[in-house]
Amino acid sequence: MFENFSHSVLQHYWWIIVSLLAAILVFLMFVQGGQTFVYSLGKTKTQRKMVVNALGRKWEFTFTTLVTFGGAFFASFPLFYATSFGGAYWVWLLILFAFIIQAVAYEFRSKPNNIFGSGTYEAFLFINGLLGTVLIGTAVATFFTGSDFRLDDMNRVTWGNSWRGLELAFSFGRYETYINLSLGLAVFFLARSLGLMYFLNSIDDETLDKRIRKKLWYSALLFLVLFLFFLVNILVMKGYAVDPETRIVFLEQYKYLNNLLNMPIVLIIFLTGVVAVLFGLIVSLTKASTKGIWSAGFGTILTVFALLLVAGFNNTAFYPSYSNLQSSLTIANASSSKYTLTAMSYVSLVVPFVIAYIWYAWKAINKKKIDEEEMSDEESHAY
Amino acid sequence: MENFDMSLIDWSRGQFALTAFYHWLFVPLTLGLSFIVAFMETIYVRTGNPEWKRITKFWMILFGINFAIGVATGLILEFEFGTNWSNYSWFVGDIFGAPLAVEGIMAFFLESTFVAVMFFGWNKVSKRFHLTSTWLVALGANLSALWILVANAWMQNPVGTEFNFDIARNEMTSFWAVLFSPTAISKFLHTITSGFVLASIFVMGISSWYLLKRRHILFAKRSMVVAGTFGILSSVFLVFSGDESAREMARVQPMKFAAMEGLYKGTTNAPLIAIGFMEKPTPPGLERDFAFKIEIPNMLSYMAYLDVNKFVPGIEDLLWGNEKQNIRSYEDKVKKGKKAIQALALYKRSAKISDSLKFAGDTARADKHKNTANEALAIFKTNFKDPDGSYNFGYGYYAGHGRSIKELIPDVPTAFYSFHLMVILGVHFGIVFLLGMIFIYKRKIIKKRWYLWITFWTIPLAYIATMLGWLLAEMGRQPWVIQDLMPTLSAVSQLDSSSVKLTFWIFAGLFTALLLADFFILRRQILIGPKEGGK
Ligand code: HDD
Ligand code: HEM
Ligand code: HEM
Repeated sequence: MFENFSHSVLQHYWWIIVSLLAAILVFLMFVQGGQTFVYSLGKTKTQRKMVVNALGRKWEFTFTTLVTFGGAFFASFPLFYATSFGGAYWVWLLILFAFIIQAVAYEFRSKPNNIFGSGTYEAFLFINGLLGTVLIGTAVATFFTGSDFRLDDMNRVTWGNSWRGLELAFSFGRYETYINLSLGLAVFFLARSLGLMYFLNSIDDETLDKRIRKKLWYSALLFLVLFLFFLVNILVMKGYAVDPETRIVFLEQYKYLNNLLNMPIVLIIFLTGVVAVLFGLIVSLTKASTKGIWSAGFGTILTVFALLLVAGFNNTAFYPSYSNLQSSLTIANASSSKYTLTAMSYVSLVVPFVIAYIWYAWKAINKKKIDEEEMSDEESHAY
Repeated sequence: MENFDMSLIDWSRGQFALTAFYHWLFVPLTLGLSFIVAFMETIYVRTGNPEWKRITKFWMILFGINFAIGVATGLILEFEFGTNWSNYSWFVGDIFGAPLAVEGIMAFFLESTFVAVMFFGWNKVSKRFHLTSTWLVALGANLSALWILVANAWMQNPVGTEFNFDIARNEMTSFWAVLFSPTAISKFLHTITSGFVLASIFVMGISSWYLLKRRHILFAKRSMVVAGTFGILSSVFLVFSGDESAREMARVQPMKFAAMEGLYKGTTNAPLIAIGFMEKPTPPGLERDFAFKIEIPNMLSYMAYLDVNKFVPGIEDLLWGNEKQNIRSYEDKVKKGKKAIQALALYKRSAKISDSLKFAGDTARADKHKNTANEALAIFKTNFKDPDGSYNFGYGYYAGHGRSIKELIPDVPTAFYSFHLMVILGVHFGIVFLLGMIFIYKRKIIKKRWYLWITFWTIPLAYIATMLGWLLAEMGRQPWVIQDLMPTLSAVSQLDSSSVKLTFWIFAGLFTALLLADFFILRRQILIGPKEGGK
């Protein structure tokens, strides 16, 4: 069946998959957000244990989604993989370091003789929560604001700045840096808000409940302000458009706004997502509801998904080079061959099954909320 | 052709080797122990005997500790292809990315979802569901091995692919050829069985230690029965699949094969060196003599071709050619490869000029350049690979610029010793399993203290054996990152070598710290033993 699709359709199909994976990843970063609260929420040892265990049974999903996102991007748009990872070397390595230390932290934290003490592993969790979210958000913002690289005849990348991508967050003389950072910080506060709502949903403890709702105010407001700043900026700025005939990349005023208007379905997805996030936040803040995470989580997925479609569809360069426009990557010039995309499309049919069993296993474990009793039972808590 | 920054290349290789070895320090135990734990839990569910639950849970805790650090070290390998080998990632991403993506979709989610059930589910899901989860973890771990090894095998034997000269990269032409390449199959079987053997040795060794200390005697014996049975069966498969790997290697990587046997001058009825010590080469020749060796006559020819009369080419035959045996020299391949590379560059340049002239409306000159491009393309095609399908392209990087054809020889002592030690250790493991089963069967095991000590100290040997295997496989294929197509030196990302140096040391420090923590946590859990539930 996939054989009959044109190369371009397959490229669009794979951009959808990659965007969806990224969107799910952003939602799942509630784990990272939650990790930044281990100390400020858990005043007693048991409370801290509850918080860590609530996250500890979910972190693998986030991590695996990150890995799969990387693999899927590599398979479908290898030129992006080569250009961005090989170019913005330090950004990606810092992200990776932040995730490496997370992977051992849960398992090692409470084990006797872990050399560095549980405080170190809790610090690892915090670093992961902070750097992981801010840097991934900043990196995604460059899909709109561009980076400084050029590709030669053989498609080998030369990065223009010896900070290797870090300049995108720290060269304060460039206005785009603030846009990049605003998305990075917005993702950070979004992850924190989602984390708090996840705690409401999965931990049964009254004192924690009160503390969580108080903290949610700050995170939610900061998130909204930062996200609004980012959104307004990209909607009014010049975007990187591609001429479908000549494949020449040029700057177009209001490109991303135009994309939203030209693709009404994407606009609907985007607006639904934003409303769902707001709804989730509002019910968590104003009512005693513990279900806010579902609406906000679903909304997060839709919003991020729509934003990435705006970055890649409608003749747009999704990984622009601001110093060398013609080196910019589009879903057409960065993709795998038609053959590979077809083969991978068959593989993608497995994804619904994967989601189904994850859902099933998740339900089975979360049937009952975490409470103090469970934490004192040696058999059933792990971290 | 540009000049290569050798220090960048060396540090990048060093970094990949460092991170790969750290990853591999934890992977084989995951591969094998996941099955051992699944066997144990099956016995528990079948018999309902709580003693087996205790046994299962103890080994599962060790599994969990090891698993976490396996995941931590794996993440970096995946992204390193992009960060440090970006030219590689583009050149072959069309083929190479696919297995990595499939691995994530089909294997890693299976593993990570059901690992959560395995650890948190004891009191939450039914016995059957829990058991199924344990089996699915084992399946997932070994499926992930399949996909990553398919990717790795493709680098040793690049099948199912064609070069697209317009964008200068390789493209996949057959997914099935990549998946069912004989190299991939033997590599997969050999690697997972090596993991099974390592995990069996691990369980046997720790159980031996308990027996030596007279602790948890029933527990230890039962664990040994499971591990010993699994170990013996796996050892048989390990030896067969290793033998198969060697035959495949003789076919697709004759240089690696010659290096692993230290064979400089090819011969028919080639003997296999069972044990040997090499001398330093005496200039001016290449050849290293053996200070000492024990040979098995005809065996090498038999191993490579199942025929004692066949000719096994040596390193010198490959470099300089051997007309009588119809072996084309590397010298010749270098010449053709160089022509192909130059023609490709000319093709691309002329095609681009032609396009822009056409755009400007100058059709006459555009056509002229188009002609040049087509001529160049014809030259490229005849030289890129031979009619028999063997590539010349990559060899072209070894012409001029001070490059010597001798760089096409991998480090012979590394290949030779790693191969021979691995095989010797494989025989040793087989004997350990066999004796163990005999002693348990005869109810004498607890009295055989010498045996228990040897088994305990065999644990590090198992790790050494699997490391040697990768050393042979990866160092032996140098200087190729993709056999005959892409040399390591052109695969690397254009970074400052100081950046790579810095990340190398960060990884070295971080992973060493984590390894130490892992080691001491495991040690403490083993000292506590199964009685207290290991918590
Ligand atoms: C023969 C087996 C084998 C080999 C050669 C490799 N791995 Fe591995 N890998 C595994 C077998 C495995 C495993 C057994 O499936 C692990 C170890 C612990 C674990 O959780 O899964 C794993 C984990 C693991 C993870 C974390 C997965 C997760 O989120 O759960 C990643 C990203 C990789 N690996 C990637 C790689 C790459 C890019 C490799 C090659 C360069 C590689 N592995 C070699
Ligand atoms: C986990 C087991 C593995 C180990 C221990 C291992 C070991 C090594 C070593 C020692 C090197 C350095 C060789 C040298 O430069 O001298 C290396 C390089 C490399 N390996 Fe492996 N390897 C493993 C698995 C893999 C797999 C599964 C792949 C592919 C999917 C792979 C791809 C590479 C690449 C791309 C390089 C860098 C280029 C090169 O130096 O050849 N390795 N590996
Ligand atoms: C006993 C007979 C054995 C034989 C004949 C044998 C043969 C081989 C050969 C020829 C290779 C290189 C394959 C290649 O480069 O493509 C290899 C690799 C390897 N060996 Fe062995 N081996 C044996 C025992 C062992 C043992 C005991 C272990 C560890 C417990 C082991 C672990 C490995 C590993 C991990 C690799 C790298 C993966 C691969 O390339 O397949 N082998 N072996």
